[in-house]
Amino acid sequence: MTIDTAVQRQWGAVRENLLHPLRPAIALTAILTLLAGVGYPLAMLAAGTLLFPQQAGGSLVKHDGRVLGSELIGQSFADPWYFWGRPSATTPKPYNAASSSGSNLGPTNPALVEAIAARVAALRHVDPSNRLPVPIDLVTASGSGLDPDVSIAGANYQIDRVSRTRGVDRGVVAALVEKNRMGRQFGFLGEPRVNVLRLNRDLDARAPRGSDPR
Amino acid sequence: MTWPAFLQYALFVVIVIGCAQPVGSYLFCVFEGERTLLDPLLRPVERWIYHRAAIDPQEGMNWKAYALAFLAFSVAGTALLLLILMLQQHGPWFDPVNQNTPMTVDLALNTAISFATTTTWQAYGGETTMSYFSQIVGLAAQNFLAGAAGLAVGIAFIRGIARNETRLLGNFWVDVTRATLWVLVPLSVIGGLLLIWQGVPMNFAAYTTAHGLEGGTQLIAQGPVAALEVIKNFGTNGGGFFNVNAAHPFENPTPLTNFLELLMIVVLPAGLTYTFGRMIGRPSQGWMILGVMTLLFAGGLGVAGWAEQSGSPAPVALGVDSQASAAKSGGNMEGKEVRFGVHGSVLAAVVTSNGATGSYNSMHDSFTPLGGMVPMVNMMLGEIVYGGLGAGIYSMVIMILVTVFLGGLMVGQTPHFVGKQLTTREMKLVVFYIIAGSAAILLPTMIAVVSPAGLAGLTTNHGVHGFSEILFAYASSAANNGQNFAGLNANSVFYNVSTAFSMLIGRFVLAGLALALAGAFAEQKRRPITSGHLPTDTPLFGALLIATIIILGGLSFLPTLALGPVAEQVTRH
Repeated sequence: MTIDTAVQRQWGAVRENLLHPLRPAIALTAILTLLAGVGYPLAMLAAGTLLFPQQAGGSLVKHDGRVLGSELIGQSFADPWYFWGRPSATTPKPYNAASSSGSNLGPTNPALVEAIAARVAALRHVDPSNRLPVPIDLVTASGSGLDPDVSIAGANYQIDRVSRTRGVDRGVVAALVEKNRMGRQFGFLGEPRVNVLRLNRDLDARAPRGSDPR
Repeated sequence: MTWPAFLQYALFVVIVIGCAQPVGSYLFCVFEGERTLLDPLLRPVERWIYHRAAIDPQEGMNWKAYALAFLAFSVAGTALLLLILMLQQHGPWFDPVNQNTPMTVDLALNTAISFATTTTWQAYGGETTMSYFSQIVGLAAQNFLAGAAGLAVGIAFIRGIARNETRLLGNFWVDVTRATLWVLVPLSVIGGLLLIWQGVPMNFAAYTTAHGLEGGTQLIAQGPVAALEVIKNFGTNGGGFFNVNAAHPFENPTPLTNFLELLMIVVLPAGLTYTFGRMIGRPSQGWMILGVMTLLFAGGLGVAGWAEQSGSPAPVALGVDSQASAAKSGGNMEGKEVRFGVHGSVLAAVVTSNGATGSYNSMHDSFTPLGGMVPMVNMMLGEIVYGGLGAGIYSMVIMILVTVFLGGLMVGQTPHFVGKQLTTREMKLVVFYIIAGSAAILLPTMIAVVSPAGLAGLTTNHGVHGFSEILFAYASSAANNGQNFAGLNANSVFYNVSTAFSMLIGRFVLAGLALALAGAFAEQKRRPITSGHLPTDTPLFGALLIATIIILGGLSFLPTLALGPVAEQVTRH
């Protein structure tokens, strides 16, 4: 066989094996992308907007026509008369909902121990008379940086400080925490928790400070 | 462990086992061309697709043609996604203010390869990098396509074992189309509605500016999250819409969404064990595989659950209370979300690391050393516990072949598996498979830990935990998993290229070998199984299988584990 024929044979084999599947590959990719990447999302958009508009829009909490936040997204609280949420590791500021992040600090990383120690100190500083051990979720950063909840223990730990700085009876605040307690879903899924934004809004409505904070 | 946590674990396992037969039967009907409920709606669509794409559904493919079709389809998907990413700033819904991570060529290429191989390793954060158009028409669409392709390869592998004296394994185009139309799209519609109901957003709105109760402002990222969230799990992809994946309250708002999203990852691969048993005509074989997978799954839950609930000693010394109680989950809560607690997070870590799915609802980098070792080991074992969609079944069957081989040596007879012989031809492919899988993890790790470019990624943690981060990255890429110890800064040319290398081997070399194996098996004549053969569907064989898995994994990875998580556990104080 001449070199020409050999090359032609090889090229024929290449075309047969490698190029033959390319045409259906490209066509099928295009068709299925239209179906799954355009058709399906449009259908979900329609169904979501029609059936569950509040959730589809991000579960936004509105007050007097302004958006206060989202039920599902935590926000930063640092004033002692509000319940504080969990530490947040987002940058450049905590609870940055445009850039979710955890700390990713490893368990034996000294920076983690220092961070926890600093948070314990800060909590004790605003509430010196509270000698109880601090619940772990109040001193560890959440995975998302946007955790809207604290544990029941985390809320209970702060009741004294909140009621004292608000000038409100402790029992009233404790009752509000209990009222806003979310149990496990269906009794066993997940953990009991309190939504910090919802609790603080309730506080402002039913146990306000002397003057309107805003 | 509290009783609700145990109930959550137990119910999960019960549902997975309970779903295996109905799901497996449905998959059997879809891929063997038998009648299903959805036929009146979908068959016309299917015919139209074959017509437009010039596909002949009757054309059978041998293993080489099937593998090349799979490769061509993946290349086309990679190219399309690469194009969408590189041009995203000219496309719709691109927000240059907030989506300000530069889309470099290496990041785009890594992401394209990553999503087309179902790895969905993300060296980027979604809300600061991707436009809604890229997320949906690019990434989510690839979740469907690559997931369907994986399922097709898994089915072709099963056919190879089930068929006799033929070279044909089916038609890849038909399998991919049927996987998308009959399996992934319907499930994603149902799942999507459930998730939106629970709070997962589905909109194309601009990021919302909120005015917080304390007076500050908060910019809340939005998006068509539900359209990605469901297929991310069903296709065992895992790439999240946001940076923190399913830890983000918009991706995973409630304990129910957590439970459902994890079920979505497992039900199809678990069903495939039943499909396997039914297609080879020995359902007991399928049940044995499911049983072994479930035992290994429960083992991972036990170890990680215990490690994470015990937590770290350091916070306790500082006056912190990390005990479990009715008022809190306790344990190691760094990087975890309160609504999931320790056990909702451990369930996710074990499900996803076993399911070749790169999602997570907590930061694995912050897990205790032993707790973080469990996902690592799960990936190193080869994604055999339920596993990736399609890949899980052939990964586990290959482990069975090794076990049969060893068993055959001990018993002194030629190894057989469900009537098919294991000759030198088949065993060579099995050995190459094992070696390629380990090499794709160990070689890049070795290079990364001695090179400045590799060590430059250790920006958060150093020392033994840094070693774990690097090891985890390549284990994840090679396993086509995609989850990470996120403290590693992997958006560099070094990591974008090296992880892509591992992903490609994990996907195409391993799938190619599996298809070659299927082709070899299909050519054989099925021999009758007599009492002289080592039975492969008994609990005794299951125990032998587990022992083989542990020994093989240990031989390959114990030294590296000793350098990373074990060293960290032993030296922590």
